[in-house]
This record gives sequence, structure tokens and C-alpha cells, in this order.
Amino acid sequence: MIKKTVRMKTDYLDDYRLIADLPALVFFALVTVVFISIPFLFSELWLSVITHIALYSIAVLGQNLLIGYTGLISFGQAGFLAIGAYTFAHSVHILGFIPSIFISGLIASVFGVIVGFPSLRLKGPYLAIATLGFSVVVFQVLQNTPAISGGRMGLSVPSFGSKAEIFYLVLAFCYLFYIAGYKIVKSSIGKSFSAIRDSEVAAETLGINIVKMKLLSFAISSFYTGVAGALYAIYMKYLEPNMFFITESILMFSAIVIGGIGSVLGSILGSIFVIAVPQFFVGMKELVPIIFGIVIVLVVMFEPLGLYGRWIKIKLYFMNLPFR
Amino acid sequence: MPILEVKNIETVYYDRLYVLKGVSLEINQGEIRVVLGPNGAGKTTLAKSISGLIKDQPRKGDIIFEGRSIARKEAEKISSMGLVLVPEDRGVFPELTVEENLKLSGWTKKDTWVFDLFPNLYQKLQEISNHLSGGEQQMLAIARAIIKKPKLLILDEPSLGLSPKLTNELFKTLKRLNEELKTTMLIVEQNARVSVEICHYGYVMENGKMVFEGKADDLKDNELIKELYLGGSVKKTEKGWKLYKTRRRW
Ligand SMILES: Nc1ncnc2c1ncn2[C@@H]1O[C@H](COP(=O)(O)OP(=O)(O)OP(=O)(O)O)[C@@H](O)[C@H]1O
Ligand SMILES: [Mg+2]
Repeated sequence: MIKKTVRMKTDYLDDYRLIADLPALVFFALVTVVFISIPFLFSELWLSVITHIALYSIAVLGQNLLIGYTGLISFGQAGFLAIGAYTFAHSVHILGFIPSIFISGLIASVFGVIVGFPSLRLKGPYLAIATLGFSVVVFQVLQNTPAISGGRMGLSVPSFGSKAEIFYLVLAFCYLFYIAGYKIVKSSIGKSFSAIRDSEVAAETLGINIVKMKLLSFAISSFYTGVAGALYAIYMKYLEPNMFFITESILMFSAIVIGGIGSVLGSILGSIFVIAVPQFFVGMKELVPIIFGIVIVLVVMFEPLGLYGRWIKIKLYFMNLPFR
Repeated sequence: MPILEVKNIETVYYDRLYVLKGVSLEINQGEIRVVLGPNGAGKTTLAKSISGLIKDQPRKGDIIFEGRSIARKEAEKISSMGLVLVPEDRGVFPELTVEENLKLSGWTKKDTWVFDLFPNLYQKLQEISNHLSGGEQQMLAIARAIIKKPKLLILDEPSLGLSPKLTNELFKTLKRLNEELKTTMLIVEQNARVSVEICHYGYVMENGKMVFEGKADDLKDNELIKELYLGGSVKKTEKGWKLYKTRRRW
């Protein structure tokens, strides 16, 4: 019998260290260099697509923390995105750009906690419907309140700068929120989220405060989504309620499923998919929903871990290459 | 003074399904006590009611733990007071590794004593716990519970789904746990054979009521328990019939 040797960690800090060893550090640095040079490598059109992907992936990661890690299926994304975007558009005149982005996240997370309360009682499809209702309410309020939404003309957002500057801003936030996301997932909070998803009874018997953790999960995820909403406002330079219809919630949910439920890297992959793929079908917009539908069915059938699961398999294949 | 006193509790599901109809029990510091009973007797319901896992239940009666009433308290408060339940389905978090499972209840690298009791777990620390065998998952669930150094450990059918050999090993470990760490244990079981061997005192529950209680030796000697749980004389003797009839009347 072959005895499996286990790599024992020698230090708990290991778990919290993002970059474990030198090769990973080199890889991380290279990736950063590539990211920074993106504005010089791509056309204006693609730069703008990449910016969209980057800001979108922040929201997807946030929702993945809620849906993938805590297991609370929610369709409130469109609502939180809208709250973030409109909070930003109104507060930027008073507070300036960067503080407004954080305020947007904060306001969204307050709403997140309020929406989270039903989650203490509701589960699965019931919670999904309740949160979908929230998105509908936000949309209706925006459409019927010109004071917030700017009426028929929409609401314009002051310009932050050139396309490249907006890209760097979004990139910086992406780094910040992805590093934070990794830390959350690795921390005891993240593990408690997974514990609640896997067995509420057992989590309770271990002394995990379910109420607190579920609300915290809602707060964190809607903070992410609110910040993404603010960045979206900067990116679009213009807001109207139609941009936050409930289909946005469904699109974001697709990004999570396609990218990989409960995976940080998968959130980026899923965002790339749902934002970039429509670019290849600009002439045939009707095809896009059909493609998404088919891909989701295929993913659920063959690769429940999503693109991230596929990536792991590819990586394992190359790691074992000479032998397989 | 007993560490836990359950006084005449009644638990009702959906306002009309009476499952516990006045159950009392108590357990002293350092003891192992067992509650035996057939399927559907309400054993799991009893364990959950004590640990606060059924909302607003027990609706009558009281539960005193270390001199304080814990009836209808939140589960996580009860757990932090030192009363820890290992649930019937074990409640191992399948997608976390063994180490992460342990850490969730406050395990640190220094707590190597756990592996004296459960050596298997040491080799599988980095393994996803969903890939463990049923027995190993049960070990993990118990290890995870004892890391909190509970004052009272409640185990709901620890032998569920284990082979007779594994069951024997598990109960030996439980015995060691009681002797070496002085853990007080309430075991809810169907398997009378092994649990009678290690317990100090036992109860028999049927249909939501305690129908018998006594010391371990009394349990072993009791004709009824021999007949019904220990697979004693299955022959339909006259005595057996009488016992069968008494049982029907409960
Ligand atoms: N959540 C619930 N809702 C409604 N009824 C329940 C619930 N849980 C248990 N019951 C009922 O309560 C009765 C006792 O169930 P319980 O699970 O306590 O039995 P048990 O003694 O643990 O049985 P087993 O040995 O099969 O585990 C059963 O008749 C069951 O149908
Ligand atoms: Mg049971």
C-alpha cells in the first residue's frame, strides 16, 4: 500500500498568505505587468470591454460569496448594482470620486442587511423569489422617481478621465477586492459561510452564530456589488433605470454558474464569459441568450464546478504531463 | 447535583404531532448514559430539543444545565455553554478539509491530543472530508465536538451506518474519552449491545415516553431488553409472549 504523505503546514500564517512561494510570486508579478500594459496592447473598443469585465467581476465575486460560499441563492444583484450606481451618481458631486465609491458600497450593504433578514427564515427557491422581488422594487422606484433617476433624460455622471485612467481605477479596485475576497474565503468567516451552506444544524452545534453570519454574508456581498455599481456608473458616464432590469440579476447568476460556484478565480472566468461572448455576436444579438442557455445546461451537466473546474483539470493534466 | 436535568419535557411538531410526551432524565458529571429506543421513538427529537435545535420547543417542561435553564434557548448559546451535540447525520462539512472542519470548532496545531484518540484523522488532515469513509466522518464529527472540551457531549446514533467492527472500535474510543478526559456523555442509540457495555446508566424510550430506566447491570439483566434489543431468547416461550403483550400495552 502506498502511504500518502501530507504536506503539513508549519504555520497558520500559511493560510493567510496570499502568495505562498516564489514561483507564485513571479507569476503574480508577471500578471500584474500584463494587466498594467493592457491599455497599450488593445484597441479602445477592447480596452473598454476589458474594463467592463473587470468591474463586473467585482460584483460577481461578491455575489459568489453569498451564493457560492454561504449557499443563499439570491437575485437581488440588479437592485444592489442600481443602488451603488445611483448613490455614486448623486454623492460624487459632494464627496468626490474615491470616497463616493466606498459610500456606494456602504449604502448597498445596508440594503443588503435589510434584504438579508428574510434569509433567516427562507431557503432555496423561496429566498430567490423574495430577493428577485427586491430587484423589481428597486427598478420600479427608479422608474417612477425622476428625482433619483433623472427622469426621461437619464442621469449623467461626471467624467473621471480617459479610458485608460478609468481602466486603471477599476484595476486597482479589482486587486483590492480580489485580495480581500481571497482573505475572506480563507479566514474563519469564510469557513463559517461554507459551514452554514453545508449543514446549518452542525454549524449551530459548533457555536456559529447563523443569524450574524448570514447577515454578514449579505452585507459583504452587497458591498462588493454596490462598489461595482459605482464603477459601472463611472464607466458608462450615464445611468438609466433600464440598465438595472432584473435580467441583470440573471446574467450575474449565469456568470457565477458558468465561472464556478464557490470559487474566487471562477468569478473572473464567468465575467469574461458573459461580457466578452456577446462582443463576438454584435451582428446577431438574438443569439446571445440562446448561447448562454446552452452553455449553462452544458456546464451543469458536464462541469458542475464551471470554467474553474475545467481550469483545475487542465492544470493537473500539465502537471502530470510526462506520465499521462 | 446532576449536570443536566430534563424535567418532563413535551415537544410538538406543527402544533399537533406529539413526539415527546413528558420525558425526564438526568445525568451526573463524568457519567455515560444511554437512551435506547426503536425507530421513531423520538430519540433524535429528544437530543435536538435539549440542544435547542427545534425552534420554540420543548413547549412544556424544563431543561436545567449546570443549574441554569436552557429550554428554548438558541442552539449556538447552548453550545457555547458547553453542551455539544454530534447530530445524527454527523454534520461534517463535506467541502471543507478535515483540518478546516476541526478549525471551525477552535482546533489549533497544538491540540495534538485529539489524534491520540483518533489517529486516522492525523493522516487525512488535508483531505476533503467528503472523501472520508463513513466511520472516519463519524470520528471527525466527534473529534470536532470534543475540541470544544464540552461539559456534556450528546451523541445521536454514533453507530449509524457503521460495521459491527467499527462500531466496537468507536465505542471503545468513547469509553477512553470518558475515562481519560472525563467527558460526560449522553448517547442516543438503537444498538443496545455495544452501548450497554460502556454506559453507567440507561433509559429505554418508546413512543415518546421513558418506559424503563436503570443501572447498566439492570439493563443487561432485564428480560425485556434482552428480548427486544439484545436479541436474547427469540423463542416464543410463554414468558416471551407475556413480555410481548406488556410491551404492546405501553
Ligand atoms: N422535523 C420533523 N417534523 C415533523 N415530524 C418529525 C420531525 N422529526 C421527526 N418527526 C417525527 O417524530 C417522530 C420521532 O422521530 P425521531 O427522529 O425523534 O425518532 P428516532 O427515535 O430518532 O428514530 P430513529 O431511530 O429512526 O432515528 C417520528 O414519528 C417522526 O415522524
Ligand atoms: Mg434518530
